[in-house]
Amino acid sequence: MLLIPCPYCGERAENEFSYGGEAHKPRPEVPEEISDATWADYVFLQKNTKGTYYERWIHSHGCRRWFNLVRDTLTHEIHGAYRMGEAPPKVDEKTYV
Amino acid sequence: MAQRYRLDKGGRIDRDRPVDFTFNGRAYQGYAGDTLGSALLANGVHLVGRSFKYHRPRGIFSAGAEEANALVQVGEGAATLADLKATQVELYEGLSARSVNCYPSLDFDIGEVNSLASKLFPAGFYYKTFMWPQAGWPMYERFIRKAAGLGEAPLEPDPDFYDKRYAHADVLVAGAGPAGLAAALAAARSGARVILADEQHELGGSLLSGRDEVDGKPGSDWAAEAERELRANENVRILPRSVVFGYYDHNWIDILENLSDHLANKPADAPRQRMWKVRANQVVLATGAIERPLVFRDNDRPGIMLASAARSYVNRWAVRPGESAVLFTNNDGAYAAALDMKAAGIKIAAAVDLRAEAEGELTQAARDAGIEVLAGHGIAATEGHKRVRRVKVAPLSADGRSLAGEARTLNCDLVAMSGGWNPTVHLHSQSRGKLRFDAELATFVPDRAVQAERSAGACNGTFGLADVLGEGFAAGEAAAEAAGFSVEKAPRPQAGNGKFLPARWLWLTPSSKPVGHGGKHFVDFQNDVTAADLQLALREGYTSVEHVKRYTTTGMGTDQGKTSNVNALGVVSEFRGVPIEELGVTTFRPPYTPVTFGAWGGRDVGDLFDPIRRTPMHSWHARAGAEFENVGMWKRPWYYPKAGEGMHEAVQRESKAARESLGILDATTLGRIDIQGPDSAEFLNRVYTNGWKTLKPGAIRYGLMLGEDGMVMDDGVTACLGENHYLMHTTSGGAAEVLAHLEEYLQTEWPELQVYLTTVTEQYATAAIAGPNARKLLAELTDDIDVDPDAFPFMSWREGTVAGVWARVMRISFSGDLSFEINVEAHNGLHLWQTLMNAGEKYNITPYGTETMHVLRAEKGFIIVGQETDGTVTPVDLGMEKLCSTKKDFIGKRSLSRPDMQDPNRKQFVGLLPDDPNEVLEEGAQLVETVKSQPPMDMVGHVTSSYMSPNLGRGFALALVKGGLHKHGQKVYAPMPGKTIACTVTSPVFFDPEGERLRA
Ligand SMILES: [Zn+2]
Repeated sequence: MLLIPCPYCGERAENEFSYGGEAHKPRPEVPEEISDATWADYVFLQKNTKGTYYERWIHSHGCRRWFNLVRDTLTHEIHGAYRMGEAPPKVDEKTYV
Repeated sequence: MAQRYRLDKGGRIDRDRPVDFTFNGRAYQGYAGDTLGSALLANGVHLVGRSFKYHRPRGIFSAGAEEANALVQVGEGAATLADLKATQVELYEGLSARSVNCYPSLDFDIGEVNSLASKLFPAGFYYKTFMWPQAGWPMYERFIRKAAGLGEAPLEPDPDFYDKRYAHADVLVAGAGPAGLAAALAAARSGARVILADEQHELGGSLLSGRDEVDGKPGSDWAAEAERELRANENVRILPRSVVFGYYDHNWIDILENLSDHLANKPADAPRQRMWKVRANQVVLATGAIERPLVFRDNDRPGIMLASAARSYVNRWAVRPGESAVLFTNNDGAYAAALDMKAAGIKIAAAVDLRAEAEGELTQAARDAGIEVLAGHGIAATEGHKRVRRVKVAPLSADGRSLAGEARTLNCDLVAMSGGWNPTVHLHSQSRGKLRFDAELATFVPDRAVQAERSAGACNGTFGLADVLGEGFAAGEAAAEAAGFSVEKAPRPQAGNGKFLPARWLWLTPSSKPVGHGGKHFVDFQNDVTAADLQLALREGYTSVEHVKRYTTTGMGTDQGKTSNVNALGVVSEFRGVPIEELGVTTFRPPYTPVTFGAWGGRDVGDLFDPIRRTPMHSWHARAGAEFENVGMWKRPWYYPKAGEGMHEAVQRESKAARESLGILDATTLGRIDIQGPDSAEFLNRVYTNGWKTLKPGAIRYGLMLGEDGMVMDDGVTACLGENHYLMHTTSGGAAEVLAHLEEYLQTEWPELQVYLTTVTEQYATAAIAGPNARKLLAELTDDIDVDPDAFPFMSWREGTVAGVWARVMRISFSGDLSFEINVEAHNGLHLWQTLMNAGEKYNITPYGTETMHVLRAEKGFIIVGQETDGTVTPVDLGMEKLCSTKKDFIGKRSLSRPDMQDPNRKQFVGLLPDDPNEVLEEGAQLVETVKSQPPMDMVGHVTSSYMSPNLGRGFALALVKGGLHKHGQKVYAPMPGKTIACTVTSPVFFDPEGERLRA
């Protein structure tokens, strides 16, 4: 069970949180103006990185706030958590094959 | 004679406390401190089980968790425990155990014919035999279960209860042998909070079985002193009888603590086992090592056991596991067993040593003690059915692959074998730590750690006692330092430092015939996998170790290959001529030893399995005899049967009453979200398909909520309570999901919106009164709410006093009739309900449940999210396109214009009228347009809701049908077993299509 550093509450066990998928994927400003393919990419597709990944979590059984996490999807090493709207921390990014 | 094989003195048993027990119905006696295994051996019982596949006689083979043969069923009835290892079961007064996997008895087992017919049971046997035809599987399954079953699970519910605890540790130490005790001492002295867990009831590990000295005292005394020091330290928690079985991410550790299995009188008020879930800052693994058996012909007879086990039985339990022993070894360390056995009065027939040059400290000591050492020899065959009686010993060729001389026969009733040692790297591997093949030890040892853990002692491939202790102290100190404690380095204890080397790594001892052509060379004792099976798997093209393992089932028993994995690799390596390190190693996964389902469940069973939510009116419903249905976590009245009524009759009566006079429904369970803030209307505009900016205080609007994929996710009405203040209603089951959905958008996409959401579901109780007399009843119970239709129109709400308490009354309708939903503070819910029931008596007020609610709303063609919709249904499919604003964006809007959403042939929402008005379609029934004599047929849709309506006087249904919006009047058919039901597609609105009644 991961130990996740909520930027508001501190380190808590993973079962207090819910996963929210890829981070930094803003909803298109004017959805009407983008192509079907671009919209489908936004709604249905996520990066499936083996390595450093920027992802969203919510502390659903805690402060109920959304935040971002940088996690290595292979080793589960957590490189940092930051609030929505904040810039991600500088991380030595890795991708495995 | 009782305990005939018990030594006169010694052992860690309490001779003043004899313990009576039974095994396979016979009475025996042992002592407190015995395991079932040691007590059986003390009574000369070696034959304890039958093997899994061939039902060969098997004996006690180890003295610990690695036991592969001696699986027993302990206890009777509901509390019986299956497949326990006799070597781990602590003896207690009255214990009753029996062998598993034998029929009709251990001594005479019918399944042993499998042994004679063993050509029929090659590797991959199950795959080859039982794959075809599929219809035969139930028969095969019966056969397999009978022939190859292990213990029996009880049929009764588990009478025990189980506990779960969470804990934190600065340093968690797994294993309390010399390395673990040293690590715990070092960490505890620094002030760190330490948890020390060991699977045995006594701390000390290998020190309890050997004769080593530490600081000039017996090792077990040193262990006892260490334990005293640790127990005196309040920062230390010692968990005996506790297996660290799982190592997960971020140093999350699972421990199974046994609390009462070892007690004769099990306390009724104490849990049987406790699952510890520990988050450890640092972990020290000190889990020791497991001795490897040797692979030779018929190496599975009772009386053939690991050398370390024989030594443990002699030293720890004061038991003679035989009268005349042969040591069979490939290393120097095993001679300690021969020396200790000899000292205990066991005749050593000879030491058979695979090493051409049998050298080493202990080997020499054995020679000095007069033990004959047969260097460069192997056991080529064994004899004896229910106990080994003699072995044939022969010199080996230089390469060790064949016999190189005449065999000689040695009489014996015990073979103590040692094939070297495997560090118990399971937890390190579970933690994703890498393993490295150590050629000197011919086994896998921990390599780089990935998590905050370090291995110390034998589990790290370190075998000299002084080194083990030193490594333990160093690991404890390093762990405490890493956890932020300052450490004073302690002097290391003095101890001998003999290792088990030198050794010769010969994975398969040859016999007079090639493997597979006489006798069996067992690699995996529990799953009856032989060297010949491995060879066959290789011949059939399985080269990857993972494939060989699965095909032959090597290492897949309840012991998870603790003694077989490396030997299997060694044998495969020799057959293929590929070094072991190139074959790869299987990954170890939790649990280390089996864990009961009870422990996993802990307290989360029965009433505590899932929370139950009840409305404030629940007690009234229960007294009225309501049947309840689960909606989300809520208990909702389903229907209220009167005497003699079944569900059908009750629902017909309730449905009629609610249309003809007055019905009352407990609508408390609807989800409620309070929405406040200056941007609330804008927010509602974005999350609902329709427009919200014009909604005035006092007014109510229905809203449809989509996911970004365009599919309907929830619906409900929202009331404008005041400027920038709204109350949103969600479906009963969807409240939490909707709140999470809204919060997600507010926090992640639109943080600039000033909107605040609060769940207020629990704050209110709601009674919905519906029917032509609803207004009259409401008027009687309020003085300050004008119920005149002009003053209180449909889709509005008023605040005032109802039944003497504050109320917010909403004129909305889910039944299609005139209806008021009266919301009061939750604590007034029961009062409101009772007042309405009393005052409504003259109107024959009829409480109705969810089933009638479904009938009434279905007559009106109102959808239920989750029943008419399933995550693939859009507002357009539901014919609710008009609710989708064209003047604004909303969540899911863009998806509605994707090409596949525009397909006119999508499944769309319709009504169905069976030709036979008495017919009630089955919900979920598939619909076709062209009926064939048998499937497959082209399916065009399915029934989502179906009822018998007393108000329509016929059965009717709602359905999703391809292109259904344009198929009104056409026929569809529901092919059912024995009949086909013809229906006409209609509008889904069957009752009061103009809505005159609800606006009345
Ligand atoms: Zn938090």
